[in-house]
Amino acid sequence: MTEFLDAVVLLTNFVLVPGLTYGSQLALGALGVTLIYGILRFANFAHGDLMAFATMVVILMTWLFQSMGLGIEPLPTALIALPIGILAAILLSLGTDRAVYRFYRRKKAPSVIYILTSIGVMFVINGIVRFTIGPDDQHFSDGARFIFTARDFKEATGLHEGIALKLSQLLTVVTAIFVVLALFRFLQKSRTGKAMRAYSDNEDLALLSGVSPERVVFFAWVIAASLAAIAGTLYGLDKSFKPFTYFSLLLPIFASAILGGIGHPMGAIVGGFIIAFSEVTITYAYKKFLRYLLPESWEPESLVQLLSTDYKFAVSFVILVVVLLVRPTGIFRGRTT
Amino acid sequence: MSFLTGENMTGGYGTADILHACTIKVELGEIVVIVGPNGAGKSTAMKALFGMLNLREGLVTLGGKDITRLSPQARVREGMGFVPQSQNIFTSMSVYENLEMGAYLRNDDISETIEQVFTLFPILREKARQSAGELSGGQRQQVAVARALMMQPRVLMLDEPTAGVSPIVMGELFDRILEIRDNGIAVLMVEQNAAQALTIADRGYVLVTGENRFTDTGEALLADPEVRRSFLGG
Repeated sequence: MTEFLDAVVLLTNFVLVPGLTYGSQLALGALGVTLIYGILRFANFAHGDLMAFATMVVILMTWLFQSMGLGIEPLPTALIALPIGILAAILLSLGTDRAVYRFYRRKKAPSVIYILTSIGVMFVINGIVRFTIGPDDQHFSDGARFIFTARDFKEATGLHEGIALKLSQLLTVVTAIFVVLALFRFLQKSRTGKAMRAYSDNEDLALLSGVSPERVVFFAWVIAASLAAIAGTLYGLDKSFKPFTYFSLLLPIFASAILGGIGHPMGAIVGGFIIAFSEVTITYAYKKFLRYLLPESWEPESLVQLLSTDYKFAVSFVILVVVLLVRPTGIFRGRTT
Repeated sequence: MSFLTGENMTGGYGTADILHACTIKVELGEIVVIVGPNGAGKSTAMKALFGMLNLREGLVTLGGKDITRLSPQARVREGMGFVPQSQNIFTSMSVYENLEMGAYLRNDDISETIEQVFTLFPILREKARQSAGELSGGQRQQVAVARALMMQPRVLMLDEPTAGVSPIVMGELFDRILEIRDNGIAVLMVEQNAAQALTIADRGYVLVTGENRFTDTGEALLADPEVRRSFLGG
């Protein structure tokens, strides 16, 4: 019996908890991408670097606060720097919209022009970030590290395996739930939220109903930038901050949004968790897990790892390609054009 | 001068004109139907009245006020309701939310208007919480008309409201449109089902290549052998 429990605990510690955390981060990122797609109708390639920019601001502010002796032990100082990061991301997004995207909106440019433009914006933001904070890894997490460690868990339960819960993981999941609930409440109940849904659903009819496109676009950027700042900071606290990592997060984020049905907020969340769990379960080595469950003679000699973690992005990529081939509208039947 | 008047309208989408000195007039409490062969500019004439087309010449007035230069959105504020031919509802939103979006420009209490709309289209009360995209074709058209009514327009313009619905549903829809007219609203319709539409019309315009060909009461047009032969299929 304890062997079975050990196997479950092992999987919880190495698959369930990291999967939930990573899934929450992807869901927040994919929500931003899907929202911009729904309102501005293009896939925003600059979203990953927007996350990096916002996180960079949070890190710089965290260092400033730390040097001033400001902190909110046991919570990470980054949390009080986060509002400034959100504000910076919003200002950057609105600024880019005004300087770049609005021009193409007035020209009623086709969406491929927007996509290419967003790639340009991506390079610019990428440059700003690397120029300011450098291309290296930055750790900015302080405060308590664990809610409980694997050792605490083992001592409390008497099992061989333990579950560790990092503060950053709990923080990620709790924040994600809170943010998602607030966003859905806004979209379902508020006048502006309904106008955004209407605009995303049927632009012409929304205009006919008196919805102001510039106002809807403004709110779309504000929300997407806030989500990017929150997702980026939580990811950085949980792992570490490196500009290149954030750039490459774009692939699983796009895969999540498209798998769920692009333009569909619920789809972005479901997609985020499916991609996260696919990555984690496929790159996890099951040797120890199987040792607990199988008779001794059946014990596997290899690691029983389907794919090395170095190739984890291949998982998103394969899912993305399969979805586009088999069901391009995604799970929740988002838009296709 | 009629309540809604499009006088001498000339214009098109690009360089070529579609409308040539076309005139359409609608009074309050009357149903006017525009019929004509394909490509006659029926929908274009209606869009011109609604400001979705740049007129090179001509004048559009509403209640005596010149609205020729107003945008469609501004005309909605002035009391014009428009039901496009297709994509005329928010499919991902509930029926109730569709009605709310119809009243988006209003800041007053809309519950009374919703009640009136539900009385006119009882099925919508039943389906209020359902997603509009899940409804049947006829029900969708009811949502589309109801959405336009939420602004309490003086003029309601319908672009082929019965396109793609069954004859029974068409009859029901026409009955509702008669009720809307009886509430003192000016109704302007473009119809493919010309013969049926003319039976409920107070007046009809027959357009050919963007020009007025015949103008008379619905009955008279239906009785006119030339109109019957050319445009109503015998």
